[in-house]
Amino acid sequence: MAIDLEKGVYLDHAATTPVDQRVVEAMLPFWTERYGNPSSIYRLGRDAAKALNSARERIAGILRADPSEIIFTSCGTESDNLAIRGAAFAQRARGKGNHIITSSVEHHAVGHTVEQLVKKFGFEATFLPVDHYGMVSPDEVARAIRPDTVLITIMYANNEVGTIQPIAEIGRIAKERGIPFHTDAVQAGGALSLDVNALNVDLLSLSAHKFYGPKGVGLLYARKGTPLWPMQTGGSQERNRRAGTENVAFAVGMATALELAYAELEQTNNRVRALRDRLIAGVLERIPDVELTGHPTQRLPNSASFVVKYVEGEAMLLSLDMKGIFASSGSACTSMSLSPSHVLTAMGFPPEIAHGSLRLTLGKGNTEEEIDYVLDVLPEIISRLRAMSPLYQPAA
Amino acid sequence: MYSNLVIEHFTNPRNVGVIEDADGVGRVGNPVCGDMMEIFIKVEAGRIVDAKFRTFGCGAAIATSSIATEMVKGQTIEEVLRLTRKDVADALGGLPAHKMHCSNLAVDGLRAALHDYFSKHPELLPAGVRLEDLAPPPEDASTEEA
Repeated sequence: MAIDLEKGVYLDHAATTPVDQRVVEAMLPFWTERYGNPSSIYRLGRDAAKALNSARERIAGILRADPSEIIFTSCGTESDNLAIRGAAFAQRARGKGNHIITSSVEHHAVGHTVEQLVKKFGFEATFLPVDHYGMVSPDEVARAIRPDTVLITIMYANNEVGTIQPIAEIGRIAKERGIPFHTDAVQAGGALSLDVNALNVDLLSLSAHKFYGPKGVGLLYARKGTPLWPMQTGGSQERNRRAGTENVAFAVGMATALELAYAELEQTNNRVRALRDRLIAGVLERIPDVELTGHPTQRLPNSASFVVKYVEGEAMLLSLDMKGIFASSGSACTSMSLSPSHVLTAMGFPPEIAHGSLRLTLGKGNTEEEIDYVLDVLPEIISRLRAMSPLYQPAA
Repeated sequence: MYSNLVIEHFTNPRNVGVIEDADGVGRVGNPVCGDMMEIFIKVEAGRIVDAKFRTFGCGAAIATSSIATEMVKGQTIEEVLRLTRKDVADALGGLPAHKMHCSNLAVDGLRAALHDYFSKHPELLPAGVRLEDLAPPPEDASTEEA
């Protein structure tokens, strides 16, 4: 099969994924035919409520949760905000304290939310360090717990470097101490087990567009009894935990996408992992002065991330784009900020190295030909940029 | 995000390289920001007759280095001293606002190269120009806005 460069080689599935055609079809009736408001009592409304509840049940089945523990939201960020702020405020109101434990490699949806609680709402927080692979140590979590700790929030898998955290173990520690435990599972959704009991989590965030569902819908799993204040108030939707008319089409889309992802999990993961391993091996073999970032084995099956010395990330992305390859970088120059990725910084990479980060995240649509094409063009791109770089001293 | 001209200069940068017997060399940049630049100039009878650069940085950093070295070739030193960051950005059809400061190093690089040149030939310094005015800015200058 030849590569379609018009379409491009999409290697940024950690950013978003295309919606699966089967998901599109499952959603379609809910805009024009089954468009009722689930809160309405007549047949059209009841039909929408039925579809919404069926979506909730299907999702709960995959999470091994009770349907009443699933809260539909507008995205992963909203789920993280609701979990963290909702639990922190509710816990403090109960006199439990005001200390939060998190890690230094969280997505900004978690990191900035905790920072705001500290700066504007008088909470205290411990940002746990990570090792060179971006891994949080459960022992350090245990040591950071104080009598006034009200919430622990540690991501399931890292969006930049793919490292999978020891969530079940951290969850066990939190459970023993009776502290609510939230995990941002946005990057793990569709790739790793979401069994909330095996993971020992009380709160878990997901976003549909990371597993071939639509953008604009996410969910928060909230274990029964977990203190949680609503962050969006209004009607009594979602058992008073998230007001606002439910997006039935998107909830159905998310449920369908999640079901498909977990029905095909092993086969997708095996296929993607094989392609990813081919990509990592090829990059490390063909390009000198490149380091794999993140954990070598405890990483998402689709994630390949590197630091490429002597070149800057955005320059790599622009060059790849011209070759029809869509990739990502934690470089400052790809964002509005001037500092490089907080994740790589926490992992101990100095700024000039962190600026050369390159993230390639695969998906179920990628082919071996595409990977080989990347392995053909990437070495040339890096040689060209290195030849321009004052930092690069070619081996004599 | 970038103009076609920025992409064109990023793809086919002019004047990449080192001038071994340069009359002036400027090194500017900021590793935290992720842009570093070396600029080499040849000067004859008060004019820049050749300029080359090496840049570690984003698309804008490479494109501004390329166009600025093009612009100053053949210019008198007085003309080079009047060149601003805005002139360089304008010549590229504009730059995104957040790239104006950290990635637009070429003017600083050229002034640093002239500083090096006049340090060796103080007698050639044009009237009204002080050597210290050409000194490269402190390394952290561009992080102040962060």
